[in-house]
Formats: sequence, structure tokens, C-alpha cells
Amino acid sequence: MANSHGWSDERIENIIGNLLRAGVILAAAVVLTGGVLYVAKFGGQKPQYQVFRGEPSDLRSVSQIFTEAVSLHSRGLIQLGLLLLIATPVARVAFSVLAFAEQRDWLYVSITLVVLAVLVYSLASS
Amino acid sequence: MSGTLEFTLLIAGGSFLAGLLGALTGLGGGVIIVPLLTLIFHVDIRYAIGASLVSVIATSSGAAAAYLKEGYSNIRVGMFLEIATTIGALGGAYLATRIPTAAIAIIFGLVLLYSAWASVKTEPDLTATEAGPFARLLRLGGHYPTPEGMRAYHVQGVPAGFGLMYVAGVLSGLLGIGSGAIKVLAMDRAMRIPFKVSTTTSNFMIGVTAAASAGIYLHRGYLDPGIAMPVMLGVLAGALLGARILPGAKVRTLRLIFGAAISAVAIEMIFQGIRGKL
Repeated sequence: MANSHGWSDERIENIIGNLLRAGVILAAAVVLTGGVLYVAKFGGQKPQYQVFRGEPSDLRSVSQIFTEAVSLHSRGLIQLGLLLLIATPVARVAFSVLAFAEQRDWLYVSITLVVLAVLVYSLASS
Repeated sequence: MSGTLEFTLLIAGGSFLAGLLGALTGLGGGVIIVPLLTLIFHVDIRYAIGASLVSVIATSSGAAAAYLKEGYSNIRVGMFLEIATTIGALGGAYLATRIPTAAIAIIFGLVLLYSAWASVKTEPDLTATEAGPFARLLRLGGHYPTPEGMRAYHVQGVPAGFGLMYVAGVLSGLLGIGSGAIKVLAMDRAMRIPFKVSTTTSNFMIGVTAAASAGIYLHRGYLDPGIAMPVMLGVLAGALLGARILPGAKVRTLRLIFGAAISAVAIEMIFQGIRGKL
């Protein structure tokens, strides 16, 4: 589609591609760091996953995961990496709002805002 | 299986194979990782679904970067249909906490059977000769590269495609998979979008769809770091290797063998679900 103003679709696709790649690399690096610490600490213990218990509250909420990760607790660091991973597509959608606005494509700004609202609702509701 | 170290390494290795085969067959890692964790490692299906969901976000986002550069993905089609998949995914994630795990196992087996069949069947490409009314309103058509240069395509069947995408979203949130087979069904069959555009746009949408339910899984305590860590890293590494060797691989034979194997796994999941073992 030809755009009289703003960024071309191709340029937007390039930025989105790089954004996604950076998010995945960062998330994987944090998960790997946490994973090494985790195995070093709990490597000798017996894993228990046959019965579902659910995670403790400090590994469920966004703010508590940050607290755990900052103090370099292995499980908290892994959760932070997973949170970064979940945030990557959300950041992609948020960027798309700006990109469509730059193109003055208000129909797609609205469509993208609906998707963003659903994602924010999912991450914020507990 | 004795300690956490062995358990972590075994799961990482299994996940690597799942990611590799998922990429080569087009099935995706999610439909392989959940049976692997539940049937072989005896992990509770809720932990398995949570771990699978995050691996799905990783592979989708990692692959999307490459596909976007090739110019196949249609970001407008993807964004519009993500309204349906994300709302569906929220519903699926809520449903997952309310229905018995045995029922989830049975539904998983049925979706697995469909995905295996969809990965081996070949159908003539349907192309729309003109844009449908909704497609025109939403400016959904586009161009894609062919050996003869860029070719324009039209889009039809938007309401049917949107409805199927809602179903794909529910199944993604309920089962922790990308639902790629159903997303491609919606775009390629219902909306008559060229096959390569359908598959790459489907991959592009999978990350956003999975993110919508992953937030709920996190809050409900279904994301266990000890399982999600080796699964995410293993699947991601396997999928990246798979994408690299895919152009030279003989996928047809691989798909047939793997399609048969995955059908057997699907029947086993349904059977275990009926017996109430999962």
C-alpha cells in the first residue's frame, strides 16, 4: 500500500522484526542466567511435578517477581525472563499503535488499541 | 530420574527435539511438548501447558523476525484477526481453570489428530479473484514475493475467518499451543489468502495470542520456573536450528512419519484422559 506520509510498511516490518528478536534474546539470556543459578542451587534435590500445587505468590505477581529477581534468586530471575518474553509481543503491539498513527491510519490505530487493551487486561488482572 | 539437574537436562534435550521437529514439520513445538511432559515425564498437565505456552511465544517471536524480512507476512490481516485470537485466548485460559484436566487431555488429543492430518494433506490453492466487502473496508489485501516478482492478492470470507480465529484463540489458551493449524485453516481456506502468506502471518500472530493467556497462567501459578526454563531454552534452540536446515530438508517423508507418530500420541492422550490419568 502506498503511503503519502509517514513510515512505509516495509520500514515498520523491519523495526518490528528487530524488536521481536531483541526481546527474545534478552528474555533467553535472563532465563539462562537464572537457570544456571537454579541448577547450581537445587541440582541435587528431587523434582516434584506429578502433583499440581501452583506457584507461591512471590512467583506470580509482576512486582514480587521483580523483587525476587533483583535479589538474584534463581527462580525469580527465571520468572523475570519469562515475563520479558510475555512482554515482547505486547511491546510489538504497542509499537504498532505508534506506527499506524505515524501513517495516519486511524482505522488500524483503533484495531491495534483493542488488541493492546486485551493484552494489558490479561497481564494486569490477577 | 534422580535429581533436578538430570531432570532439567532431560527436559531441555526433549524440548530441543520437540522444537526441531515442530519447525521441520510445521506443527510447532507446543503440540509436541505437552504430550512429552505429561506422558513421558509425568508432569501435571497444568505445568506442561504453562511451559509450552511460553515456548510458543519464544519460537513465534524468533521466527517472525526472519519472515517479516522476506515480505510474506501481512501485518494488517494479522492485527485485525488478533482481536479474535486474543479474546479467545482469554476465554480459553479461564476455561482451563474450570474444566477437569482429563477433559483438557481429551480435547488436546483431538486437536493433535487434526493438526497431524492438516500437516500431511495437500489441497489445491484457493485464490480470491476479488475482495469481499469486509476485506475492502479493512484494506486486507496485499502483495507477496513470487519467483516472477511481487504478486497482488485479495481476501474474502472475513466473518468466517474471524470466527475460526476465535476458536484458534480459545484452543491456544486452553491447551498452551500456538493453534497454527487452525489459524492457517482460517486464512488459507476460509479467507483464501495465499498459503505462504497464511503460514507466516499465522506464526506472527501466535506470539500475541499466547501472550494474552500467558499473563493469566502466570497469575494463577501455572508457570513453574523449574519446568518452563529448560522447555523454553530447549524449544527455542531446536526451532532456530530447524528453521536453518528447513530449506534443504526432505520434509514430505518426515511429515508422513511424524504425522503417524503424533497420531499415536494423540490417541494415547485421549485414552489416558478417558481413564482419568492425566
